Amino acid sequence: MSVPIEYYLLLSAFMFIVGVAGVLTRRNAIVVFMSVELMLNSANLTLITFSSFMGNPVGQLFVFFVMTVAAAEAAVGLAIIIALFRNKQTVNIDEINILKW
Amino acid sequence: MTLETILFILFAGIAATTSVLMITRSNIVIAALFLILNFGALAGLYLLLNAQFLAVTQVIVYAGAIMVLFLFVIMLLKPEHERSIYKIPGMKIFAFAIAFLVFVQLAYLILFSSSSEKVSPDVQASINAGTIETIGRELFTNYILPFEAAGFLLLAATIGALILAKKKIE
Repeated sequence: MSVPIEYYLLLSAFMFIVGVAGVLTRRNAIVVFMSVELMLNSANLTLITFSSFMGNPVGQLFVFFVMTVAAAEAAVGLAIIIALFRNKQTVNIDEINILKW
Repeated sequence: MTLETILFILFAGIAATTSVLMITRSNIVIAALFLILNFGALAGLYLLLNAQFLAVTQVIVYAGAIMVLFLFVIMLLKPEHERSIYKIPGMKIFAFAIAFLVFVQLAYLILFSSSSEKVSPDVQASINAGTIETIGRELFTNYILPFEAAGFLLLAATIGALILAKKKIE
């Protein structure tokens, strides 16, 4: 373990921020969704880093559960996107605004 | 420079580059493929961190199952070109500036909060923590209830996805 813990955390922070920038700037619902997956993965990297450096398996267990939830979230989210596309013929999140007063 | 450092630079470089490429490509399929590459590089980093079980799970669940689902949905939908519809022109730059500012804050916290010199990782404990044996034992003893709940969640998600995505029956 010759690589210091800070480098892993910096990479994780960078990926999280790239995910945030993707959510803020992209208009395609699928790309926004992929950016959310990127943020989930950067959080996973942080959990595994701390778990590994502390020699404690609980962080890795938590990542296992995060992966389960991410799989469920991807299935339901993509189904919602398909249903949206069927109704509005678009996945552009600026044109989907029926819940905005 | 040890082999571990070289591998870290390689995987971290791939992960950082592909994440940026993912949010900047206008073609969704290419963005999804870059995300798969990013997940693969993350699996390599997990291996460097001695998390062997999660590295394999990352490849199977993320790079395999979830991204295949994404690609199938992209295939089902009409690929349309994203046009810029920001009412205010500087909005995109503003978003990137905010993201950069938050990154600087996080980097400051990570680099200057406390030195990791005091931390001396116990390599043997770290290797033991990542094996499928340790994780399986924890999962089926102390964490059996969350494990069952996760199974129930997956069932609920499957049913929910089916109901949401199927055509309305008249």
